[in-house]
Amino acid sequence: MTIEEESGYRGKAEEFLQVFKKGAEFTQDLLRENERLRYRVLELENSLNSATAGSGPDSQSQALIQRISELEQEKKAILDRIQQIEDENQDFANRYVEIEAENNNLANLYIASYQLHSTLDFKEVLQIIMEIVINLIGAEEFALMLLDEKSGDLQAVACEGLDRDEVPPVKLGSGLIGQTLQSGESYFTDDLESYQRDILNPMVCVPLKIKDHVIGVLSIYKLLLQKDQFAQVDYELFTLLAGHAATAIFGARLYSDSERRLSTIQGFLDLLTK
Amino acid sequence: MADYNILIVEDSPTMRQLISFALKRIRGVRIVEASDGVDGLKKISAEKFDMIFTDINMPVMDGLKLISLVRDEPNHKGVPIVVITTEGAQEDRQRALALGANDYITKPIQPNKILDVAKQLLKLA
Repeated sequence: MTIEEESGYRGKAEEFLQVFKKGAEFTQDLLRENERLRYRVLELENSLNSATAGSGPDSQSQALIQRISELEQEKKAILDRIQQIEDENQDFANRYVEIEAENNNLANLYIASYQLHSTLDFKEVLQIIMEIVINLIGAEEFALMLLDEKSGDLQAVACEGLDRDEVPPVKLGSGLIGQTLQSGESYFTDDLESYQRDILNPMVCVPLKIKDHVIGVLSIYKLLLQKDQFAQVDYELFTLLAGHAATAIFGARLYSDSERRLSTIQGFLDLLTK
Repeated sequence: MADYNILIVEDSPTMRQLISFALKRIRGVRIVEASDGVDGLKKISAEKFDMIFTDINMPVMDGLKLISLVRDEPNHKGVPIVVITTEGAQEDRQRALALGANDYITKPIQPNKILDVAKQLLKLA
C-alpha cells in the first residue's frame, strides 16, 4: 500500500467517524424529543381524565338548569310578594276612603250636636234644628211639630217650604205623624221617588224624644233636588235629632220658664220691698 | 302667619262650622267667619283673603251684592269666590257666576267636596 493510498483510507475513516458522531448526536436528539413528547402525552391524559371526572359538559348544564330553577322560584316569590303588597295597598286605599267618609259623617254629627246645645234660647234651638235638617240632611219641605201638653195634640212650631197653616194639629195615633207620636219609632217611606206630598203622611217621621217620652215629631215632605236617597249618615243624623233636639228643646223651654218665673218673682219682690 | 287666609260668609252657624271644619284640613289655613254680606265686606276691607266662601241668601246684604262689591275692591279683584247654593237655585247660581264667582257648591254640603273645591282653586290639588 502506498502512502497516498494510506492517507486516502485515513481520510475516509475520519469522514466515517464524523458521520457516525453526527448520527450518534442525532440519535441522542431523537431520544430527548421522544422523552419530551411522552411526558406531554402523559400530561394531556391526566388533564383529560380530571376533566372527564369533575366538570364535564353534562354536569355544567345540570348545574345551570338547577340555578335557573332556583332563580325562577325566587322570581315567583318576588312577584307573589309584589302582588301581596299591591293588594295591601288597595286595601289601605279603600280603608282610607272609608275612614274619610266616616270622618265626614262624624263631623256632621259633631257639628249638629254642638249647635243643638250651643244655646238655651227656644227660638234659636228651633232655628238650629231647621238648619240641620236643611243643610246636613238636605230637606226642602218639612215641619217641626211639638206636643201641646194641654190639648195633647201635635202643633207645628216651625216649617220650611210650606206655611205653618198648611199643617193641621195632629192627634195621638192619627195618620203617620200621630202613629209616630204614639209609637216613638221613626218612619221612612220605602219609595222616595214615587212619594206624593201628603201633609198627614210624610215621607219621613222622626220622633223627638227624651228617653221614652215623645215631645214632638219632625215630618219631612220633600228633599232637595239632588238628594234622591238617604245616606247612612242621614239615618244617624235622624237618630241624633231624635234625642238631642228633644233635650235641647226641653232644656230651652225649662230655661225660658225659669227665666219667666224668676222675672215674676223678682217683680213681686220689687213690689214688696218698695 | 297663615299660608292661606279664607273668609266664610254665611248666616247659618251650622254651615260656618261645617265649612270651617272641612277647610281646616288644609295645612296652614286661617279661617275668618262673617254672618252676613256687610260683616263680610268689613272683614275684606280690613285684610287680604286668598279665598272667599259665601252663601247667597243672607240678611242685611246677600251674597250676590257681596260678590259684585268684592270684584270692585282692588285687593280682591282676582280672589277665588265659591258660592254656597241649592241645586234648585239655578238662576242665583248663574247670576253669581256672571258677577265673578269662580265655583259653587250645593247643599247639603259634603266636607270633602268643600275641600276639593278649595284645593283646586288654591292650586293645591
